[in-house]
Amino acid sequence: MSDLDLREPAALSNAWQNWYRFSRNPTAVIGALIVLVAVALAVLAPWIVPYPADAGAVVDFQHRHLPPSWEHWFGTDNTGRDNFTRSIYGLRVSLALAGVVLVIAVPVGTVLGILAGYFGGWTEIVIMRLTDIALAIPPLVVALAVAAVLEPTLLNSMLALASLWWTWHARLVYSVTRQIRAQEYIEAAETLGASKLHILFREILPNVISPVAVKTSLDAGFVILIGAALSYLGLGVRPPTPDLGTMVANGANFLPDYWWESMLPATVILVLALGFNLLGDGLRDLFDVEDVR
Amino acid sequence: MSLLSVEDLHVAFTTYGRTTEVLGGVSLEVPAARQVALVGESGSGKSVTMKAIMGLLPPAARITRGRILFDGDDLLTMRERDRLRLRGTAMSMVFQDPMSSLNPVWTVADQLSTILKYADRRLGRARDRRGRMARVHEVLAQVRMREPERVAASYPVQLSGGMRQRVLIAMALLSEPRLLIADEPGTALDVTTQAQILKLLKDLVTERQLALLMITHNLGVVRETCAYTYVMHRGAIVEEGETAAIFAAPREDYTRELIAAVPRLTGRDAA
Amino acid sequence: MTVPALEIRNLTKTFPIRSAFGARAGAVTAVDEVSLRIAPGAVYGLAGESGSGKSTIARMVMGLTRPDAGDILIDGQSILGARSHAHRGRVQMVFQNPGASLNPRRTVGQSVRVALDAHGKPAARVGALLDMVQLPRHFADRYPHELSGGQKQRVAIARALAVEPRLLVLDEPTSALDVSVQAKVIELLEDLGRELGLTYLFISHDLSLMRNFTAEVGVLYRGRIVETGPTARVFADPQHDYTRLLLASVPVISDEEAALRPDIPLINGELPTAEELLALRQAERKSE
Repeated sequence: MSDLDLREPAALSNAWQNWYRFSRNPTAVIGALIVLVAVALAVLAPWIVPYPADAGAVVDFQHRHLPPSWEHWFGTDNTGRDNFTRSIYGLRVSLALAGVVLVIAVPVGTVLGILAGYFGGWTEIVIMRLTDIALAIPPLVVALAVAAVLEPTLLNSMLALASLWWTWHARLVYSVTRQIRAQEYIEAAETLGASKLHILFREILPNVISPVAVKTSLDAGFVILIGAALSYLGLGVRPPTPDLGTMVANGANFLPDYWWESMLPATVILVLALGFNLLGDGLRDLFDVEDVR
Repeated sequence: MSLLSVEDLHVAFTTYGRTTEVLGGVSLEVPAARQVALVGESGSGKSVTMKAIMGLLPPAARITRGRILFDGDDLLTMRERDRLRLRGTAMSMVFQDPMSSLNPVWTVADQLSTILKYADRRLGRARDRRGRMARVHEVLAQVRMREPERVAASYPVQLSGGMRQRVLIAMALLSEPRLLIADEPGTALDVTTQAQILKLLKDLVTERQLALLMITHNLGVVRETCAYTYVMHRGAIVEEGETAAIFAAPREDYTRELIAAVPRLTGRDAA
Repeated sequence: MTVPALEIRNLTKTFPIRSAFGARAGAVTAVDEVSLRIAPGAVYGLAGESGSGKSTIARMVMGLTRPDAGDILIDGQSILGARSHAHRGRVQMVFQNPGASLNPRRTVGQSVRVALDAHGKPAARVGALLDMVQLPRHFADRYPHELSGGQKQRVAIARALAVEPRLLVLDEPTSALDVSVQAKVIELLEDLGRELGLTYLFISHDLSLMRNFTAEVGVLYRGRIVETGPTARVFADPQHDYTRLLLASVPVISDEEAALRPDIPLINGELPTAEELLALRQAERKSE
């Protein structure tokens, strides 16, 4: 008889299939590698940089404005510090601050989005209108405003950013939740008598994670760019702490002669943002196919 | 000679780096003006066979062996241009799901006349817009639409499920095919509507002397429409013969069990 | 009869049709004064096509939709206005599409445990439940996409049984399955019904299946029950025109079954739709 009932299912596990598909996508793999390398560099910074002291306030006028060479891969800046070392430390700052924004924005936005999407009614109205208002405010302007009122540190600016960023996630999660809510397995859970808390966080949330992961990765790229822009505008970390945006700003004074002082940190920013974008796109391609099944 | 002849067809799929053979040597024949059924459950390979015949296999699939002859010519070795000339014209398909097979933002008239325009181009026939619309109304009347002009001017969402299925049949009839391939006709419809559609299909095919290859999992539908049946299981034909003969005295175990699993309208005791 | 396992009295549900700006522009009566009674341990079939209201009735029995009028009683107690949690323990549903009723991101065991946890039953029961539906215990760690359609439906049945209901609403439980798998699932349902003393409300458009599985049947057309009675009698001697049309439309595989089907007059060379047939009959009756 057709053996359908006790047949063993396909031998490949879910994770292996995902990895296989992901690894066939060259740009996704490149993105993932960039992100991994960046994180590794950031974590290991104190141990791997060639001139650790240059991360602080060091003055070495003899070696100012040196072009890229074997001793100084990125050259030196106007006080003689090694740019490569400072870039790596700057990378650390960028990643950490992107982390701050996302660690706040993603959970807040996701929870609010799920609540609005599942319960509808007043919950939905209040949350989504709040979201609409927040979305209308330009993030950079808020950061500037916050800087005017509080201390203009990068942390404050990022917190200001986080306070607006959650809205994008809320909106995304809201629309995804609404689709999921219409699915039969949610109805089944309701008829089985599952508690609302269970339905929200054990039934809906696991299905929401894919789009959230994609968006978070793409966001990381954006946040890094905005953080660099804020630093460039002078709302960044206090010197002498290295920061990519500040380096670009300072180095811009010396264009075009000492181009490496601003161009190379700028390239680091670009590559980092690109890495997150490619990773995000790769994740999206991966999850899209899965959902089509 | 048969109108359509599939000889020893082998198809393999490659997924996640592994290749599996899904069709292991399928042979079947559809003589001109005869109705033939290809019956199987899910996973039997009947859909893959149909797609191979129509040239609609996905990129992951490869035909590793075999021939598909239409009117004596091998579809697999002919030039793409020649094959395209046959598809949708001499050999045309009635799709399964009326909801998703029609573009919701185009009227029925637009969809049908566009299909006709491209078919004409492939056949080297010239027909102006008025001529096309006339033909569109003609086929809609052939599928027994009470008001062909009104239906033609409608959007799919304004039509009932049964009417949409008729539109799909009309779509297949546009270029006067000699072979109709019907993919699970009526499974997406209510049982009374399905009965209507099946009767329509049967009448059309008999009136116009068309050959019909029906792909289905529903044995009752087979008995009512097709004189000859092929039974598929796990990528191969396990039994074939005159429909009445197979149902009365199945030779293979699989066929026997399949027939036994169908619930009877007369109840269990009578069976 | 003794207290019916399920009794429906004059159940009515109307859905408003909204115009573009949300204004009410009419209404569709999905369920129109439906009444029926199911004895404990019996299998009752609701036969109907799309638009008949069968799914709406199922949803109201499950408490997913509120009726506009009428009452639903389980074991003699009305479920309307009652605390829904207690009610959930008495009636459960098996949905039509096994792929859609299981959360793709949860394992089989987790899905079944949802039911157990919600009613305070021990998680260890998962194994026993899988045994009951003849699935190996290690399937508890599998995800839905790793199972076949028939296996998924068995999991759905196990999950519904986890709360130990007395009444099971089966909404087209096998229409998405192959016929051989369908036969096995129906056999399973019959065995379980006998062992556990379950009452079934079986909703389907498949009349052949209905003939073999149900003892009593109600034919639904546009929200009303147009004919009801023991299945064998209704099928052998249908009184209402719609029932006759339904029976005549079933594709059958043997000559005996074909002989059972009523003759339906053709209209313009075609099999009539239900509306056309009923209109024809009404015209005939008026002219008499």
